[in-house]
Amino acid sequence: MVCDICKKSEATVHLTQIVEGKMLKVDLCEACAKEKGVQEAAGFSLADLLVGLGAAEEIKGESPGAQCSVCGFTQADFKKTGRLGCSACWETFEVGLASLLKAMHKGDHHVGKVPAKAMHTLVLSGRIRELSDRLEKAVSEEKYEDAAQVRDEIRELEAKLKKAGSAVRSPE
Amino acid sequence: MKIEDLLKSPGEWVKADGPNSKIVMSSRVRFARNIREYPFPGWAKKTERQKLLEMIQPVVENLPEMADHFGDSMDNISAIYKQVLVERHLISREHAAKNVGSGVVINDRETISVMINEEDHLRMQAIKSGLQLKNIFKIIDKVDTELEEHLEFAFSPKLGYLTACPTNVGTAMRGSAMVHLPGMVLSDQINQVVQAVNKLGLAVRGLYGEGTEALGNVFQVSNQTTLGEKESEVIERLNKVILQIIEHEENARITLLEKKPKLVYDQIGRAYGILSNAHTISSKEALNLLSLVRMGVDLEIFPATARVSVDEMFILSQPAHVQKAAARKLTAEERDISRAELIRTQLAGISKPNLSDRPPLESDQVEPE
Repeated sequence: MVCDICKKSEATVHLTQIVEGKMLKVDLCEACAKEKGVQEAAGFSLADLLVGLGAAEEIKGESPGAQCSVCGFTQADFKKTGRLGCSACWETFEVGLASLLKAMHKGDHHVGKVPAKAMHTLVLSGRIRELSDRLEKAVSEEKYEDAAQVRDEIRELEAKLKKAGSAVRSPE
Repeated sequence: MKIEDLLKSPGEWVKADGPNSKIVMSSRVRFARNIREYPFPGWAKKTERQKLLEMIQPVVENLPEMADHFGDSMDNISAIYKQVLVERHLISREHAAKNVGSGVVINDRETISVMINEEDHLRMQAIKSGLQLKNIFKIIDKVDTELEEHLEFAFSPKLGYLTACPTNVGTAMRGSAMVHLPGMVLSDQINQVVQAVNKLGLAVRGLYGEGTEALGNVFQVSNQTTLGEKESEVIERLNKVILQIIEHEENARITLLEKKPKLVYDQIGRAYGILSNAHTISSKEALNLLSLVRMGVDLEIFPATARVSVDEMFILSQPAHVQKAAARKLTAEERDISRAELIRTQLAGISKPNLSDRPPLESDQVEPE
């Protein structure tokens, strides 16, 4: 039996883990096991290991040449490492990652902690959306004085948002 | 603080004074965070990593939690000290392999450690003795909130905290507990428990090598997923499952003592015998035998005062700790000799297993051959 990682040496470390009812098996040689840290009794996850192996192939629906415009990371790089290049890669490879995330996690969107700065931005962008609706309504009702006031408010908030450094990307 | 001073005595979590620490050796909660607009460490160039380290390290060192701390770049830490940090669960194995451009900051009590430029820009953890996940979560959550005032974390409203690996995105939180389960291993119930826990979306880690046992009968239970569930819910679920594991382990021990007392006494007695007489011993054998002695303390076969020293031996008998004690690099054979010596010395202070004045149980009678 050869090692699943280097595909060269004889596998002597055999690991089995049941994750979410699915059995995962990996056979590794001494050197690769050491490199991946699996000789430690505590502290490794087969799922993490597998992301770097075959699981990454599940990133489908991306054109093979897809590349992150911010950091230059490519689809092929992900396949090799199972890791992304930068936070913008999450946007670049969004479609392909969605199916991977679905298989890995309980849900498809975050429901936990939000950094205070992001919260501020989230509140601001939510308020801007609200005001935009009011602006539209005011214009359609030909209440131009109101519209002008709302427009000024929007401009003010947008300036604030810009100043906040858009700690987050605006919500979809 | 120098690393020598930090590592003088094993950290707070080894003292086994936390709640439920008979069975739960330690609890840990770890958050991963990245800085906006910088490539993740695995993809960043050396100069970018250095720049990030220069930016992050002082912020971490200025935290009120880090008033007394050790902080340094990984290339300034010797190989043996790095390994000592791994054995104390203060840095990951992967982080120990890092050099220029990666760093670590650890508080003097060894309860909080922050790895800089591991797989993510920041990996912060809190660790304490026993089962106290909620308390630990609060500690690390506070650290994160304080850091966030000075650092711009990569965050998406839809996907949460953005991480290098898709397995961590969302809360980017991993909670875990190290549980000592010799009773379930001895009574062959461990696989059932592992499977049941896995079904609940939690992972049980341990090296499934030759046998099905983990080294020293110690298992690590942790959450597997990070997206779609609140931090508090994950911690709550983990806590509940671990409380159940404790109950099962206690029951397994009671049943063993009722049905097969001689087997239990024999295992503990032999473990004590070998450990107190061995002149060369591998870390694997040492851990497996220490596990039985540890259970012996739980079962009051050894005095309660022995607990601290047994738990210390769990850590001190590991390869890098043995070399740290010798203050030099040792070959595998030399380590086995030093380890045996260390354990013999420690065990000399623990009286022989007290099995004689136990009330005779019916099943204690040896059946005729």
